Formats: sequence, C-alpha cells, structure tokens
Amino acid sequence: MTTIPTTVTGHARVERLERIWKERPGLVGWLTTTDHKRIGILFLFTSLVFFLAGGVEALLIRTQLAAPNQRVLDPETYNQIFTMHGVTMIFFFVIPISIGAFGNYLLPLMIGARDLAFPRLNMLSFWLFLGSGVFVYVGLFIGQGPSAGWFDYVPLANKTYSPNHGIDFYAYGLMFNAMSSTATAINLIVTTFKLRAPGMSLNRMPLFCYAFLAVSFALVFALPTLTASLIFLELDRQLGFHFYDVAQGGSALLWQHLFWLFGHPEVYIIILPAFGIATTIIPTFVRRRMVAYPLVALAELLVAFIGFGVWAHHMFATGLSTSTAIYFAAASMVVVIPSAIQIFAWIVTMVTGTPEFKTPLLFIVGFILFFIIGGLTGIMFAAIPFDQQLTDTYFVVAHFHFIIFGAAVFPILGGLFFWFPKLTGRMYHEPTGKVSFWMTFWGTALTFFPMHILGLLGMPRRDYTYPDGMGWGAINLSETIGAFILAAGLLLIVGNLLVSYFRGPLAGHDPWGAPTLEWAVPSPPPNFNFAVIPAVSSPYPMWDPEDRETDVAKLNRGELVLEQGHETPASTVQDGVFDEVLEMPSESWWPLVIGLALTATFTMLLLSHWVTAGVFAGAGALAVMAWHSTEPQES
Amino acid sequence: MAAGCGGDQSTLNPQSRQSGDIATLWWWMLVAACIVFGGSLGLILLGWVRRRQGGLPVLGQNEAVSQRLVVLFGILIPIVVLVAVFIVGNFALMPVTKAPAEGSTRMTIEVTGRQWFWDVRYPGARAVTANEIHIPVKTRVNVVARTADVIHSFWVPRLNRKIDMIPGRTNRVLLYADKVGVYRGQCAEFCGAQHAHMAMKVFADPPERFRAWLRDMAAPRRTPTTASQRLGERVFLNEACAHCHTIRGTPADGTVGPDLTHLASRTSLAANTIPNRRGYLGGWILDPQHVKPGNRMPAIDLKGPEFQAVLDYLQSLR
Repeated sequence: MTTIPTTVTGHARVERLERIWKERPGLVGWLTTTDHKRIGILFLFTSLVFFLAGGVEALLIRTQLAAPNQRVLDPETYNQIFTMHGVTMIFFFVIPISIGAFGNYLLPLMIGARDLAFPRLNMLSFWLFLGSGVFVYVGLFIGQGPSAGWFDYVPLANKTYSPNHGIDFYAYGLMFNAMSSTATAINLIVTTFKLRAPGMSLNRMPLFCYAFLAVSFALVFALPTLTASLIFLELDRQLGFHFYDVAQGGSALLWQHLFWLFGHPEVYIIILPAFGIATTIIPTFVRRRMVAYPLVALAELLVAFIGFGVWAHHMFATGLSTSTAIYFAAASMVVVIPSAIQIFAWIVTMVTGTPEFKTPLLFIVGFILFFIIGGLTGIMFAAIPFDQQLTDTYFVVAHFHFIIFGAAVFPILGGLFFWFPKLTGRMYHEPTGKVSFWMTFWGTALTFFPMHILGLLGMPRRDYTYPDGMGWGAINLSETIGAFILAAGLLLIVGNLLVSYFRGPLAGHDPWGAPTLEWAVPSPPPNFNFAVIPAVSSPYPMWDPEDRETDVAKLNRGELVLEQGHETPASTVQDGVFDEVLEMPSESWWPLVIGLALTATFTMLLLSHWVTAGVFAGAGALAVMAWHSTEPQES
Repeated sequence: MAAGCGGDQSTLNPQSRQSGDIATLWWWMLVAACIVFGGSLGLILLGWVRRRQGGLPVLGQNEAVSQRLVVLFGILIPIVVLVAVFIVGNFALMPVTKAPAEGSTRMTIEVTGRQWFWDVRYPGARAVTANEIHIPVKTRVNVVARTADVIHSFWVPRLNRKIDMIPGRTNRVLLYADKVGVYRGQCAEFCGAQHAHMAMKVFADPPERFRAWLRDMAAPRRTPTTASQRLGERVFLNEACAHCHTIRGTPADGTVGPDLTHLASRTSLAANTIPNRRGYLGGWILDPQHVKPGNRMPAIDLKGPEFQAVLDYLQSLR
C-alpha cells in the first residue's frame, strides 16, 4: 500500500523497539504481562469459559422446561442454575468480553497507542475478574450457589429466607467483580482521553471508541450503587443491620431502587460495546463511512447518560405513585431515540454503500434485526398497564434476550470473526462462518421468539416447572429445540476458529481494507503495537493512504518512534495535540499478588473471619505500595 | 374448568374491561411494531438488492440526504410513535387499570401472599379461606394485597394486571369479572423454592351463590358427626397439624399454613397444585415434600385408622 520503503535506519529502530518491549517468555510472561493484547486474550478466553458455563446452565433450564411437570432438576437446584445463568452471562461473560477483551485489545490499537494508560492496573483487573468468577462458582460447586435470582430481591435474600452462604457468594463475588470492571473502565477512560495518537482530536476518534468511552463512564457511575447495595445486604445478613428489614424500619423497596439504579445503566453497558462493534464492522464491509458520524457519537454518549434516569421502569408492578410511574415511562421512551438514531444510521449506511455480506456483517445484520425486535417490545413496556400485565412473564424474558443475546452477543460473535485475523494472523473459513451464522440466527429466533407468545399466554418467569393443560408445552418444547440448535451453531463457531487458528490461510495486516488503525500493524501485532505513532486526520485513518506514507517517512526520520525507552506519547484531551512522552511501567508480579490477597480477603469475609480478612486486605495494601516503589524512574 | 382459547391464564383471553383494554392495546402495538419492523427489514433488503450499487435509488449518493434520512427514521418517526403509545398506554389506559382507592368499592378482599399459598380474608364477613377466591360477578372488588414474608405478586391475567405484595406496604388492585367462571392466577414475583406452585383460582359467582358461599365460609367448622371424624379431629389437634393450621371452632389456630376450616369446599390443594381428592390429600399429608419440594409442611407420620380418620375429618370440613 505504501510507496515509500522503510530504510535501514528505520528497520534498526523497529528492532530496537522489539528489544525494549520484549516480555518474559512462557508462563511467567503470561502471569506478569502488562501488554494490553495479552491481557485482552486472557480476558477473552476466561470470559468464553464462563460463556460455556452460562450456556450449559441455559441448556439445563431449557431441558427442565421442555415439557410440563418435569423433574430433571429439583426446585432448589433450578433456582441456583437460573440465578447463576444470569449472574454469569452479565458479570462474567458480556462485560468482561466487551471491555476486558474487545476494549482492552482493540482500543489502544484504534487510537494509535502502545498500551492502556495503567498497564499494571489492567493486569490487576484481570486477576480480580478471574478471582471473583472462581469465587462465585465455588459456591455453586459446593451446593451453595445463590438462588434468589440475579436481581436478588430482599427479603428473599435475607438471612431468614436464604440462610446458607449462597447469597454471600453472590454479594461478595459481585463486589469483587465490580472492582475489576471499575479498574478497567477507568483505564479505558484515561487511555481514550490521554493516549490518542497526536492528531486524533475527539472529532476524529473512531465511533468504536465513543461507545467504549460511554460504557466506561456508565460503569464508573453505576457500579458504586451496586457495591453499596451489596454492602448493605451483607451488613444485614452478617451483622444484623436493618437496611432492608421492614420490621426494624428498613425498606424492601430500597434494594430494588439501588439495584435497578445500577441494573438499568447495566443494560446499556451491555449493549453499548455492541454498538461500537457494529459501527466498526459496517463501514468496513459497506465500503463507506458511517452516515451521520456526529449524531451517532452523540447518541452513543446519550444512551449511557439517559440510561441512568429510567431505573424504576423495572418496578411498575410494585405500586409506584402514578406520577412517578409516568415520569419513568416517559424517560424510558426518550432513551429509545438515541438507539433509533444508531439503528437507522447503520441501515442507511448499508443502503447507500456497497455491502459485502461476509460473516461479520451477517452477524451485524442479525444484531440489527434482533435489536429492533427487542427495542419494539421495550417500547411496549413503557405503556405502564401493558408492563403491569406482562412483566415477570416470558414476554420479558423474550424482550431482554433479544437485547442481551440477540443485540449484545451477536456483534461479539461477529467481532470474533472480524478481528480473528488480527489476533491470530490467519483467516477463518468463510463458508463455515456463514453456516454458523444462520444456525445461531435461527436458533436464537426459535429459542426466544416463542417466549413472547408464552408470556402473552400467561406463563410467569422463574418457574421451575409448569402444569399440563395450560397450552404452554409445545411452545416450551420448540424453545428447547431452538436452544440446542443455537448451541450447535456456537460450537461450530468455536470449531471454525480453532481449526483456522492452526490451518487458516495467512491474513496479512489488513485483509478487509478496514478503516481503523489496528489494521495498520502486523497480525498479530508486535508488543509495541506501532513502530511509529501514526498520523491521523479522520476517524477512518486507514482510508487516508497519505497518512500511512507519512508514517513510513516518520519512521525513517525517527520522529515519534520513541525507541529510547518503554514509551508512548500522551496528547491533550480534546484536540489531541502532542503533550508529553510517558514512561510505561514494565511487567510485574504485584498485580497477581494483590489479586490473590483480595481473593483471600473475600474468602475470609465470606467465612466471617473478620480479623484474617483484615490481615489479607492489609497485605494487599502493602503490595500496592510495593507496586509503586518498583516503578521505573526516568530513563 | 373453562379453558378458552390459549389456555386459562392467557392475557389474550380477557374477561374484564381491564384485561380487555390491555389486550386491545397489545394488538395495536403489535400492528405498529410489525410496520416498523417490516419497514426496517425492507430497508435492509434494499441494501442487499442494491449491494453492488452505491447510493440511494433516485436520490443517489448524497450525504446530506442520507443524514436527513437518519433524522427522519431515527428521530422524527420514533417521536410520533412514542408519543402515540405514551398517550394511549398511559393516559387512556391507566385510569382503567389503576388501583382502586380505599373504600371506593362495595367489596374488599384481603389477600396475603405467603410461601407458598394465598391467605384470603373477607373483612366484615369474618370469612377466611385460601387459594380459592370467590367474587360476585360484575362487581368491582378491591383486593388489598399484602405479604407475610417475601415479595409475591398477585396476578389473575384474564381479569386485570398484576400487583406486587411487598413487606410493609399495602397495595391494591381491582378485580372485576364480566362473566361467571373460574379464572386462574399465579404468583408473578419470584418468591423462593416453590414459586412455581403458588397458583390460585378466582371464582366469579352469581350474586346469590356468592352470598351463600360467603355465609358458609364465615361459619366455624362443621361439627364432626361420625366417630371416625371425631377421632380425626382429636388426632389433628394432638399432632403437629394444629401448630400451623387454623380450624375455626377448634383450638387449632396456627398461621403458618392455610386456614382449613372449610378445606373440603375447595377444589384443589397446595395452592392449586393437586386436586382436592382423598388420594391426593392422603399423599400430601404423608409426603408433602414429594409434591412440593421445599414447602413448609413436614411429613406427618400417621398410620392405619388414625390416618383414615384424619382424612374423614378433613373431608367433612365443607
């Protein structure tokens, strides 16, 4: 593509960068790495393992419900399984794979940075995620999984009605997990604001980055509410406080308000990365820039913002006052508009471009269709009497699975295909990819669409079984069949990518002719990402060939190569003007040490060994000090 | 039992103005949703058909026009649709389905959710029953919904929307039935192990039949008339049964389980889980954990004549 050849001195600079950014080999390298790409891969594989666990739980649920009055699972086990299904898919799959894998791996590459702003904090995020996931699953495997649903309403979650440790595993596990997500979110915000390649002012930032910026802000503001509500819950459970205890002046509805004040922004946290992935894949395969870039960027931010004002629409059946209910219904309708802007920006971009329907774009088309269905049923729920009739039935289950599975996960699947060549350097098998799309598409439709009908026919959700003669049996059976088709489609994706990893043809640095900067570097990218910090003059830098030639010239001149140390440039927040050169920290054992200390702390809290918990927390705090003492000083 | 189109708990088979209006709203929203979905799908298909030509048909490749299309489809049309749904759904329909104010109806029923049955009381008439609610047909009934333990949700889809039962709060919902009949309802908020088996029936009776029923329910239990029934009552009072159940007219005044004063007049047991027949009743007493694992009732170890006597007694409680 470039016409200017790299000179000998240019090559020497690249070799020097390779030496400087080299990490320790083997297992030690993986345990101590600060490379956002390796950490992203750790997040990817770990969250996919949790996806498998959540998927098995889903199939168990569907097997139990395939026919009336079945006893595949006893009620307590079923309740633990459906609780863990929700907890796993939200906290241990969608969020970590979105921000931990996609955000982590791609965001620095898209903005022309060499790493995230806080590489060791990034590694700590991973250990906290892994620790919290294992922590929660220990509960399930010793038969004390949480069984009060992912929404965990009190008083059912109180000590009186849930006496074993299940709820404690849930509460401590999610506090623990929130630390991971918060750290990643802060890291992504600072990285997006400060580490963009000089020249990438905010109005030249790819839409993907806007989506992840919005998600990160939403996480930072939503998670504290969850953490607070969980701390109150544990104080009630362990020390006899009365936050949620009505008999002692507490409030059962307080939990619902706090939980949904987190829980509804959470829905947008889940969906926004999907928006980001869609706005990256569509221009690539449609061969044109997104229509209405400023409107879409604004819409991505607005979704996250307005999402904080709609939480009580989860509570229309609790007997809210009419005026309160009306406000939340109205706010819920307002949030439709930024979503609609994005949907039609994608569609109009496709109509006015020349779309090539390869597997990633097919998944995005599936996503758009499912998102429209889920969005339309969402609007229906803003009609309060309709909500009060259909909430807590399978109609809601249909609605949010179209959003969370159809709309949030389909772009993740499309993204796996899309960035597979970048991660591995090899191409996946296109025809098999298309087959797997159609299997997951129809599997999803067959699993979740009939749930609308089931809800209208009056089947409540969260029931471990249902009686004969209600007209629900055949619909449930078709959903179960759909779930297994879907599972087969997902396995085919895994098989395709696995075989392609070993046998796929070499991809080269940019097999798609994609617009963003991750395609400027070799596949897989070197440790330092960019041999020279790239020049940027639009949100589609790879479609500006003269900038890429400038890069080669700069490498030859040694401008913005920064081969004197472990360095990346910082730029100003708004205009992206070069600010200073940052010395990046090296690999470290301390994140792992802190991760282990916090795992021990939460385990001791669970067992009510308060002093021991304090000791481990103290050890973690000491490790934080040590972490900074070994920070490399000015070179 | 009348199982109409789509089973007997279907929101699409309404038997009151409240449920009827919600169902009508649903059908209209479905029509609107189909139009929006069809239009969007049509645009995507247009993109597929014209996948080798850039730009729009007729209008060509014009960024300003494309942006205006996004504004039209993404802002203007949604505003029209949303305002319409909002006005119809919330301003026209909420007055129909909203909770009746205290004392605004001639009749009030107090329903208390418990793990896992419904305690039903008729204030003023001193009638107490469980899981089977009788109401007079074509009469506005104010249901006062409370809980004695965790959150439950009272829901009889063919008559009206649902209302949660929340500790420390008193919620209300209107029950009204156009026609004489039996309407199934079910707990709609997850309430623990046996949430799935917390159903109920609402019997909409002709007024005179309802009044007779209410008189019966208000009375204390029928005095045992046979030797076996008398033995059964003694066994009931001496065994664990009386700790948890009330039988008015006897010393049994437990409140953990449902009031059994007129058990034999009910059509089902265990919150509408099994039919109220002698075999099921016996099985339930001997091994309730088999029928409804995790429920609060322990197995009662009764044998031979005593067991038969308890069944005789309970079956006499009409």
